[in-house]
Amino acid sequence: MRDFAELIMQLGSSTKTNDKLDALVHYFSEAGSRDKVWVIALFTDRKPKRPVNSTLLAQWCTEMASIEWWLFEESYHVVGDLAETIALLLPETEEEKEIIDKPLHYYIEKLIAIGREPEAVKKDFILGSWNEMNQAEKFVFNKMFTGGFRIGVSQKLIVNALAKTVDLSPSVIAHRISGNWDPSAISFEELLSEHTVTQDLSKPYPFFLAYAIEGDVTVLGDPSEWMAEWKWDGIRGELIQREGAFFVWSRGEELMTDKFPEYQPLKHLLPDGVALDGEIICMPETKPGDAGIPLPFSFLQTRIGRKNVSKKQLKAAPVGFICYDLLEFEGQDIREWPLVERRKKLKEIIEKVQHPSLLLSPEVDFDSWEALKEMRSQSRDMFAEGIMLKRKSSAYQVGRKRGDWWKWKIDALTIDAVMIYAQKGAGKRSNLYTAYTFAVRDGEQLIPFTRAYSGLTDKEIAEVDYFVKRNAIEKFGPVRTVKPELVFEIAFEGIAASKRHKSGVALRFPRISRWRRDKPPSEINTLDDLRDLLKVYGNKL
Amino acid sequence: MPLIEFTDKGLFCREGGFYIDPWRPVDKAIITHGHSDHARWGSKYYLCHHHTKPILQHRLGPNPYQSIGWNETIYMNGVRVTLYPAGHIIGSSQVKVEYNGTIWVVSGDYKTENDGISGAFEPVKCHHFITESTFGLPIYKWKPQKEIYNNIQNWILKNQAAGKTSVLIAYSLGKAQRLLAPIAEVTKNIFVHGAVFNMHMALVNAGHKLPWVQRVQPDTSKEDLKAAVVIAPSSAEGSPWLKKFLPYEIGICSGWMQVRGNARRKNADASFVLSDHADWKGLLQSCKATEAECVYATHGFQSVFTRYLNENGIEAKEVITEYGDDEDKGLDQEPEETTI
Repeated sequence: MRDFAELIMQLGSSTKTNDKLDALVHYFSEAGSRDKVWVIALFTDRKPKRPVNSTLLAQWCTEMASIEWWLFEESYHVVGDLAETIALLLPETEEEKEIIDKPLHYYIEKLIAIGREPEAVKKDFILGSWNEMNQAEKFVFNKMFTGGFRIGVSQKLIVNALAKTVDLSPSVIAHRISGNWDPSAISFEELLSEHTVTQDLSKPYPFFLAYAIEGDVTVLGDPSEWMAEWKWDGIRGELIQREGAFFVWSRGEELMTDKFPEYQPLKHLLPDGVALDGEIICMPETKPGDAGIPLPFSFLQTRIGRKNVSKKQLKAAPVGFICYDLLEFEGQDIREWPLVERRKKLKEIIEKVQHPSLLLSPEVDFDSWEALKEMRSQSRDMFAEGIMLKRKSSAYQVGRKRGDWWKWKIDALTIDAVMIYAQKGAGKRSNLYTAYTFAVRDGEQLIPFTRAYSGLTDKEIAEVDYFVKRNAIEKFGPVRTVKPELVFEIAFEGIAASKRHKSGVALRFPRISRWRRDKPPSEINTLDDLRDLLKVYGNKL
Repeated sequence: MPLIEFTDKGLFCREGGFYIDPWRPVDKAIITHGHSDHARWGSKYYLCHHHTKPILQHRLGPNPYQSIGWNETIYMNGVRVTLYPAGHIIGSSQVKVEYNGTIWVVSGDYKTENDGISGAFEPVKCHHFITESTFGLPIYKWKPQKEIYNNIQNWILKNQAAGKTSVLIAYSLGKAQRLLAPIAEVTKNIFVHGAVFNMHMALVNAGHKLPWVQRVQPDTSKEDLKAAVVIAPSSAEGSPWLKKFLPYEIGICSGWMQVRGNARRKNADASFVLSDHADWKGLLQSCKATEAECVYATHGFQSVFTRYLNENGIEAKEVITEYGDDEDKGLDQEPEETTI
């Protein structure tokens, strides 16, 4: 456990990707096989299920640290992370005690094993573990079964570190550590060996992602080298059909096969040995193969995050799959083929399948950048987020890469609003007021309509934090009401009617686009302005 | 009328006709220590410890100053005023105010561990104790300074071995001086930012024995800086001034580094939890040791700290002051001289 805790501390404090890579490579070359497998699992969102809920955990911590509950809560608001709060509050382990360092997999496997045991057994194990750990180890231990294990390490970094350790190419590694595998039943060697890949039929290919285009689109050169398509606003997904079995993966590597019954007929229609990259998105009933105008993202929101979908929901928000690309054909990995070749095969498959749920992402015709710019301005009418540009000769790469694929999004909608509540953030933004609620004006009243976080520089955040600390009016738990004085421009991607919000609207992906120091709160937008936007861009539910 | 009143100009002793650490200009000011949120300009008379005087002269310019030593008493309008060490920075003092059998102690900022240059904090028995609460939360517990010094020394040695300069971010008054002795144990090659240097010279000229440092000058050669240690205030962070030291590693010394989020936000290569303030335990023990019947908590986590004291048998009240501006903002912007 000690070397793993040390690794986490190094990864958390180093600011250079190369240092992080070195730390990981060092760990992978020293650690035991089973520990390595668990580290890969932890960093790729394959955490063990939490054996206890966070309230219970916090309660045990207050007992062991002999502090009151309110003091725990105050500390938590400052630290912004449950695992860390507990690690900081627990008493130091007595130094004279002889501590035997147990391996990482011991703790994880034990955590899994106690899952079904009575509470007393769980408490015994967790308190006992805290007792034999230093502060860093306590933190890492707590992290393993609370919240996300986000410590500034991307999947890409893990892949690169593994590639360096075992001498395989990153794209092969990325493929091998994706999909369905059980960290408690597989060894490091098995996980990375070729043999295992063929065993796991469901294994998806990692998605190729695009960066936003910088500067003017004409820098891409000759338009004829490029293919354009709409950037659909759904969830990126991958359909896999292998040896009679059918799988649906979403980005974030979540197996969602059962969530979308609409796709089930495809199981019998798709040829064997294919993997299709596309968008999971709600579609009104259309003709087979013809991607008309999809439904806005708010429809899809009624479907995701639900275990059981009712008939009514299925009818109101039917899901389709708009195909972008073909990654596997006749059981062969064809990601190295040029895009146009892959698309040709993809088209053939879709035409053969002839099913209303399986659609081809249409190409947007253009002969000049000027013409494409014109097309892009119509994105919102298509409920698309903009245009995707892909080099016709490009291979299907792994992860976010520059060069061959670019996204060219439309400008967001904006509204000027005043900040009325503030709350402290978490993680990197702990102890700073970084989560704000904004209001528009309605006559004499201020109506809250959205929360937003990102978009300010560190310096601006410090300034807002300073303002909040001096202009707080009331305290509601961690939330402060503040003098309505600071005006911000809020950007968002879409707007929908909502009965749950006082303002009657819900925004899609709201964020602060800039601080309007030039505007007094008397000149912010009104609730009527929001309603006008809803009329023009909102969905007609 | 209580002996010390909380007014909009600061802590006021009507009987003695003086203020302690006032934030507006007054006739008579007693100053606990030289940090800018406690020692402000414009008053007509300043009383402080001998070691604080050169700091005030350096920061506030020529004024009528009077200085006394620790455990030394002076009468102001018949009110007994005595200074005791606060252990916060060089010269920092607690002010004991005594009249008609009632004793108040104003702690200013303090830390309970003896750093070797600021004097050893001693709790002073009193009826009313005014305490700071900068780190008044149980998550703040400091490790012994020796352990932290060891970490800093190892970090410097590691950087030296890699041919890198070690840039340490520390307050120019207080931590910059405190760090010198442990750093001098591993290297003689210590450079400082102009703001640190000016303060350093003011202290050295006043007779303090501090390890030898060099000022970073526009013509300081890259060769001299190689693998050296540089001490700079936080205003230097992220500024082009640092380019001179490439390749370098940057380390931050602050109690705020106790929380990972703060450390990560600063984007430093290393962070050292080293503070000149008392931690949670230190604050509690000090309040208990004064045996005060009432504790007043100023700048920091005063609401948490007073609630805790009240629930644990010590009467406590929150006091709103204008102290702690440095600390609050200090995390991201430290209002310090940026002369280079």
